[in-house]
Amino acid sequence: MDLYPLWNSIRIALISTVIVFFLGILAAYYIAKTPRIIKGILDVILTLPLVLPPTVVGYLLLRIFGPRRFVGAWLFEQFDLKVPMTWWSAIFATTVVIFPLMYRTARGAFESFDETLAYSGRSIGLSNPFIFWRIRMPYCKQGILAGCVLSFARALGEYGATSMIAGYTPGKTATISTTVYQLWRTNDDALALKWVGINLMISFIVLLAINLLEKKEGRFVARS
Amino acid sequence: MSLVLDIEKQLGNFHLKTAVKCGNEVLSLLGASGCGKSMTLKCIAGIEKPDRGRIVVDGNVLFDSEQGINLSVQKRHVGMLFQNYALFPNMTVATNIRMGTRREGGCDEATLRSVMERFGLLEAADLYPHQISGGQQQRTALARILISKPDILLLDEPFSALDSHLRFRMEEEVRSVIRSFGKTVVLVSHNRDEVFRLSDQVAIMQDGKIDRIGKKTEVFRDPQTVNAATLTGCKNISPVKILDAHHFLATDWGLTFCVSAIPEDAGYVGIRMHFICPGEGENTFACSVTEEIENPFSYTVMLKKSDKEHVRSFGWELDKEAWKEFRKKDVIVHIPETSLHFLKK
Repeated sequence: MDLYPLWNSIRIALISTVIVFFLGILAAYYIAKTPRIIKGILDVILTLPLVLPPTVVGYLLLRIFGPRRFVGAWLFEQFDLKVPMTWWSAIFATTVVIFPLMYRTARGAFESFDETLAYSGRSIGLSNPFIFWRIRMPYCKQGILAGCVLSFARALGEYGATSMIAGYTPGKTATISTTVYQLWRTNDDALALKWVGINLMISFIVLLAINLLEKKEGRFVARS
Repeated sequence: MSLVLDIEKQLGNFHLKTAVKCGNEVLSLLGASGCGKSMTLKCIAGIEKPDRGRIVVDGNVLFDSEQGINLSVQKRHVGMLFQNYALFPNMTVATNIRMGTRREGGCDEATLRSVMERFGLLEAADLYPHQISGGQQQRTALARILISKPDILLLDEPFSALDSHLRFRMEEEVRSVIRSFGKTVVLVSHNRDEVFRLSDQVAIMQDGKIDRIGKKTEVFRDPQTVNAATLTGCKNISPVKILDAHHFLATDWGLTFCVSAIPEDAGYVGIRMHFICPGEGENTFACSVTEEIENPFSYTVMLKKSDKEHVRSFGWELDKEAWKEFRKKDVIVHIPETSLHFLKK
């Protein structure tokens, strides 16, 4: 059994989770500070991928990165880079799809943060980045960690947008989800079932990890 | 060591306009909740930005709208004690305190230990904020602020989060901190006893404005406004009808007073409950007791002028022993002229 789809799926999910970790908390942090109307509009735009069919996301990505499209053409001319049908093009798809998950959980976590902690930190001379990474993030760790794990799990299962922009090339762009579809289409039931089993196992482990983390992190929550 | 503040800020319908000057002393902002006292503190700390004005601490301009100066919170060197102490929950007591020294590049173990010793926190050094008592939390917060060497200390309702039996102890600690700090301290509170005990100057606030400011003894002796009288604990306040140069009627109680002079702008009169006494003389009234309220160490007796129908009662506070001796259904009380506060309209 060729394990390439497993490895490919995991690296795509990991990389997009890392990207979304930074993008999501950055967006959550700065958008929380914007005026109400702008916040409302940005919130809708950034959450949109959560409710859009993944095929629509895939289509939009192809409109942007397709070889004859605006960004795609520019990338090809400048860097001789063709985005679609590469293993890493799937990262674009998963990143867009999981971004709202990270953004929304991070925002929820930040909203629960006690701002007086930041004020008191600043008044005793702590720098803003220090307060962000050493006080705000630890305080919101639970929510943000949950957002990461959730994003990773969702990225692992991404099918629609990935299949459109990365396609299915065995040993090249194949992921677990596209492989299962391909195997089912070609009536390879036994192998499809194996991949389904692998996928179930990973999801199970990921969700178990969330629960365990939440228990361990519970100690800061008990406050006076 | 001084604070010069003159600021304005509009927040929806609320308009904050405060101006205070104080030297090496404790200034208290006394007011009901929502009067703008905490907002004023936040403006000094740099957490809120005034629309207009100027804030100068020890000659350093922290904020000046005309010159376009608005120092960051970090650069203001303002120590602020928050109501909930704002200790970092993910750090131990020792680390929390050490955070106060980061601006100056940290500190050695000995300095940290001596500060913790001074605040009685050595045993709690490795505990997290949620594991220690409210008193220890406040001491940790104070230690963290003082080790950061602020130029001015702001205390925002420092005792409101404590149980009443702890309050007195913590007030003692805060008093000793203030004494050794030796610079300007601004205290925000709605508790007049606390304010009287801790401060030198008192500013009484209402609706975003200061309506009485002065030495604490002055303000408590002569509050001048209804709000100031109420906040300094004057419970009997009635509108006044001036009859002639020496006589006025306190309309709520139906009492006519004879005094040496009545200020022109007198709209109300206030009488503190424990300045009323039994006895003879000018301004003596026959009253009937409408209610007797027992306090832990005193009685509050509600009185109404005997020969009048539609008048409101006023309170008289006296020692338990004194009331036991005096207890009657109808009493004659004397209200000395010196105990009358004339208040502006």
